[in-house]
Amino acid sequence: MIDTNPQRLAALQTDSETDYSLAKIFFATLKREMQLALRRRSDLVNPLIFFLMVATLFPLGVSPEPTLLAILAPGVVWVAALLATLLAMDSLFRSDFEDGSLEQILLSPQPLFVVVLGKVLAHWMMTGLPLTLMAPLLGVMLFLPAEGMQGLMLSLLIGTPTLSLVGAIGAALTVALRKGGVLISLLVLPLYIPVLIFGTAAVEAALTGLPVGGHLALLGALLALGLALAPLAIAAALRISVSG
Amino acid sequence: MAGKNLMPRWFYQLASPRWCYQITGKLLPGFAIAAVILIVGGVIWGLAFAPPDYQQGNSFRIIYLHVPTAYMAQSTYMTMAIAGAIGLIWKMKVADMVAKSCAPIGASLAVLALITGAIWGKPTWGSWWVWDARLTSMLILLFLYLGVMALNSAIESESTAAQSTAVLALVGLVNIPIIKYSVDWWNTLHQPATFSITEKPAMQAEMWVPLLILVIGFYCFFAVVLMMRLRNEIIRRERRTGWVRELLLQQRG
Repeated sequence: MIDTNPQRLAALQTDSETDYSLAKIFFATLKREMQLALRRRSDLVNPLIFFLMVATLFPLGVSPEPTLLAILAPGVVWVAALLATLLAMDSLFRSDFEDGSLEQILLSPQPLFVVVLGKVLAHWMMTGLPLTLMAPLLGVMLFLPAEGMQGLMLSLLIGTPTLSLVGAIGAALTVALRKGGVLISLLVLPLYIPVLIFGTAAVEAALTGLPVGGHLALLGALLALGLALAPLAIAAALRISVSG
Repeated sequence: MAGKNLMPRWFYQLASPRWCYQITGKLLPGFAIAAVILIVGGVIWGLAFAPPDYQQGNSFRIIYLHVPTAYMAQSTYMTMAIAGAIGLIWKMKVADMVAKSCAPIGASLAVLALITGAIWGKPTWGSWWVWDARLTSMLILLFLYLGVMALNSAIESESTAAQSTAVLALVGLVNIPIIKYSVDWWNTLHQPATFSITEKPAMQAEMWVPLLILVIGFYCFFAVVLMMRLRNEIIRRERRTGWVRELLLQQRG
């Protein structure tokens, strides 16, 4: 299937006369991804609905008791956010792989690192950021005390980009496989555990009135590590998957 | 760079599956004998002759199985990641095979470490499992091994599978320092590391010498199992080449 949509191709065009700086490539990728995502609204909304539904299952499945739910809330919100990010992960490179534009991206002279970073940032803006903004609603639904709300949002804000970066490695490794969905969770969930631990610890610290800074700093360190190294791994994984 | 070799000769020779098959064939008996002697000797010394612990009594003796398996589970991961990196960089088939052979060994060692840890935990902590940092990070290591194995079996092309798993193994390396230092960073139930190269052991010599013997014995055991799996893998992949046919004809007689 050849993609003939001019708007879609415009961002990928590598005209030798035009000078493409790294920033230009980055923003072009970002813009393209956002446009694509805005056209497929269901992909955008589904993780959010999933996020809500997972959180709804806990009062129904465990207990509607407010005190108990307040204890569970940080973990539930974090686990739901983690699973919702993972849900959207499989499609990150798949449509590009299927219509051949991924190969064009790999062949383009611009460093893959930058393109990958743009795609991951777009993914985060489509999933992680809305999830973070929706988290207070879930917090209220699960009777999370107001003191914890700031910690929850801050930890999600710093933690979810790491989830997108690490998940993209799994998506890149499995992009050429027909049944990549389950495999991604198997590959990526173990790597998510440190983020989950520090994220929930930050919320719990905020709830008990302890300083949150240390946990957030660790989340920030993970994000810095992910920003520096994950695009390299994603780029390598994409090259391997596409060439194989 | 022309005409100048940056790597020693044996490094290039390792790239030849045939040479590798022959050299492991020569090394295998020695390592096997060493592994049997060290493990049997160490187990007898540790379980029967080492003095009981002043706090934990005889229940501490599972340390002689727990610590070596836990060490080996991590070392196997390192071996797998390093072999994977070599395979990625130098496109060396043998390194890919080493990495592939490591994963099931490492997974079984991680399971053993978790089981022996649970058996040790029951009398000392009163429960089989605690969600403590060391235990959880060890469990993550097991999951990483399972992920590597799942990815390897999901990709049909052998070279793509090897490269993909190498990337995954390298990404998972992040977990190794977390396991190693989890007992120092988080003050939890798990006791701090038993051994350290730089410090004098806190235990009596009669207690730590058998442990050291067992750790070395387990390294030899790992080498034996790895070489056996590797030889198997070499024969399987090179089954269509001339030298494997010759070898089989020779063996048949």
